[in-house]
Amino acid sequence: MSTSALPESAPPTPEGPPSASSRMTPRSILLWTAVALVGALAWGVLALARGEEISAVWLVMAALGSYAIAYRFYARFVARRVLKPDDRRATPAERLEDGVDFQPTDRRVLLGHHFAAIAGAGPLVGPVLAAQMGYLPGTLWIVAGVIFAGAVQDMVVLFLSMRRDGTSLGQMARDEIGRAGGAAALIAVFAIMIILLGVLALVVVNALAHSPWGTFSVAMTIPIALFMGFWLHRIRPGRVVETSLIGVALLLLAIVGGSWVQESSLADTFTLSPTTLVFCLVGYGFVASVLPVWMLLAPRDYLSTFMKIGTIALLAVGVVVAAPVMRADAVSDFASSGAGPVFAGSLFPFLFITIACGALSGFHALVASGTTPKLIQKESQVRMIGYGAMLMESFVAIMALIAAATLEPGLYYAMNAPAGLLGTTAESASHAVAGLGFTISPDQLTQAAKAVEEQTLVARTGGAPTLAVGMSEIFSGVFGGTAMKAFWYHFAIMFEALFILTTVDAGTRVGRFMLQDMLGNVWKPIGRVNWKPGIWLCSGLVVAAWGYFLYTGATDPLGGINQLFPLFGIANQLLAAVALTVCTTVLIKSGRLRWAWVTGIPLTWVVAITFTAGWQKLFSDDPRVGFFAQRERYADGIDAGQVLPPAKTLDDMHTVVTNSTVDGVLIALFLLLVAVVIVNAAVVCVRAVRSPVPLPTTEAPFVESRIDLPEQAAEPLVGARS
Amino acid sequence: MNARHGSLLSTARQWARTVRWYLRELTGEAEYDRYCDRHRRHHPHAPVPSRREYEVLRTHHRENHPQSRCC
Repeated sequence: MSTSALPESAPPTPEGPPSASSRMTPRSILLWTAVALVGALAWGVLALARGEEISAVWLVMAALGSYAIAYRFYARFVARRVLKPDDRRATPAERLEDGVDFQPTDRRVLLGHHFAAIAGAGPLVGPVLAAQMGYLPGTLWIVAGVIFAGAVQDMVVLFLSMRRDGTSLGQMARDEIGRAGGAAALIAVFAIMIILLGVLALVVVNALAHSPWGTFSVAMTIPIALFMGFWLHRIRPGRVVETSLIGVALLLLAIVGGSWVQESSLADTFTLSPTTLVFCLVGYGFVASVLPVWMLLAPRDYLSTFMKIGTIALLAVGVVVAAPVMRADAVSDFASSGAGPVFAGSLFPFLFITIACGALSGFHALVASGTTPKLIQKESQVRMIGYGAMLMESFVAIMALIAAATLEPGLYYAMNAPAGLLGTTAESASHAVAGLGFTISPDQLTQAAKAVEEQTLVARTGGAPTLAVGMSEIFSGVFGGTAMKAFWYHFAIMFEALFILTTVDAGTRVGRFMLQDMLGNVWKPIGRVNWKPGIWLCSGLVVAAWGYFLYTGATDPLGGINQLFPLFGIANQLLAAVALTVCTTVLIKSGRLRWAWVTGIPLTWVVAITFTAGWQKLFSDDPRVGFFAQRERYADGIDAGQVLPPAKTLDDMHTVVTNSTVDGVLIALFLLLVAVVIVNAAVVCVRAVRSPVPLPTTEAPFVESRIDLPEQAAEPLVGARS
Repeated sequence: MNARHGSLLSTARQWARTVRWYLRELTGEAEYDRYCDRHRRHHPHAPVPSRREYEVLRTHHRENHPQSRCC
């Protein structure tokens, strides 16, 4: 019996050759004109309305209209003219079908898989921080960035990897660019992953510090996942859907339970300082990465997927139904002055660094060259899976931006400026916010904290608490009213923490394998995947590496997010630069110089923003921006025996000096590695252009597909009609 | 009235089936059925592994093929 048949499943509709269906019918011309008009109207309202309050629905319409047009026209153009997918050609999923790694999969199912793998906390956090520059620059970058850069990168990498039997980005860099470029790319990928895990874990620490409700409910996810793992492994093997539903129900119970714990004598047990939380997370990360996957990682992943899709759908409904009004400025003064408290630096390049996921995220290239290319059923589906999933992530980023920009600006700054600036009381925070040019009274600040049943909202940096307050406003406007605000706040915190912990689990494990692989070249035994001491050592090293950044972030006198988030953004965008370099090189090598601009322009842009930002982070004279200027200022202070605020002791001063040195050196290293990849690629491109015959590429040879002819197909499709 | 009721019911049933299909495919729950089909075709005389045995194989594979989750 095959239970995989979908009742009303449409058969896959491979796109025909370009000439066959490129002419539009009058009806579709009418439809697309209407879509274009609605999108243009929404952009017009956003651009022209000043001094009056704008509904968030206009943002949603502008974004959705643009996505629709981009998907229908630009993505199709890139696919048909540049990539030229051929549905007569068998994909690796068909040719190498083994029922495990390679399996032709229904495109809708694969879209879900791919989306769950690329979307996480990134598109939720970046836009919240970037709201300090106003909602308009962020919205423009998220929409234009995804259409011309992010989604193009994801689709092209997916396509290239699919044509190479699903090889990884690092391997493609080595095969198509060269040994130096390949090695630099490999080290860059590893280093960037470490920073990413450290910064994401910091977001969780900042969201849970001194919050017994949040800490309890997030801590409960561990026993819930263990229970699910046990249930799936021992009692009802393989019944994932029912187990996940039980898990989600328990999760909701844990959120409700947090409110009781907060009122009870257990509250003190769950009220933890940032430093304690850092050690808990590091310990958790290590244990999770050495335990068998069925115990913790796999069930947590299921929970996270369910929560992700459910909450994002809920948020979309909430935004449209509640139609909140934007309270932030369209473009704030910090956009041009560069003196914003959330992150330092001017709009160019720092806005484009801060919003990475949602517009352009290099990390996606790792996913797009991982499992997904091995599961694609037909080549033309790269448009829906690569481009389409990224558009969905971009929409998540737009909703996060809306949640942040619909908050009162006074509250936004009281939550997101660093603790050193705001002090610890509602009074000091109110005073500091007034100094930034916004108003919130101490009473309002206390009330806002009380509404979500938190001790304080002052300096709750990292983006997660701000998003949670914004989401609780939107949700409570639609479901449950003000009485439910505290529940929705903690629901949102739980939802983000769950994502991040899943990323931390999986990332530590991936990092461990990469490290074992690299060290295995030096000393054989450590590369063996079954040798326990090797596993423990490498897991320990990976956890210690991201744990170091987490610890410095949690204890940084200048505010960890403020210091580390730019590092994270630059790292992620540099990875995008590597991915786009690989794409452009392959296009040129395969005789498509004419179309190389499709990835070449986003590449130029991302190189411009990352190298400008990196340069400023290294050499700016402004100590708020430049790491080395900052180092010098505090080192001079130490020499003069002074304590410079926000540092409170001489120890703090030494901490600042160490941290800014490490951060500065890391940025320099990242830039150097990426420069090596780009220079190596440029040499290869020049050689390719000059060569009279095409240079060899590693594309797998053509094999005719049999999937269109079901009676001949050796294997049934995943999810296909039986 | 009754006919409308019936068609509503069948639409709802169809929706429920679609959702169930999607979730089973997305979580990989449906993989076992396909595995059995495949096994019977390739090894018609060997006994098909039980669900429990299959899940052990699947977790073992997952153990050594970690998948990165993005930010």
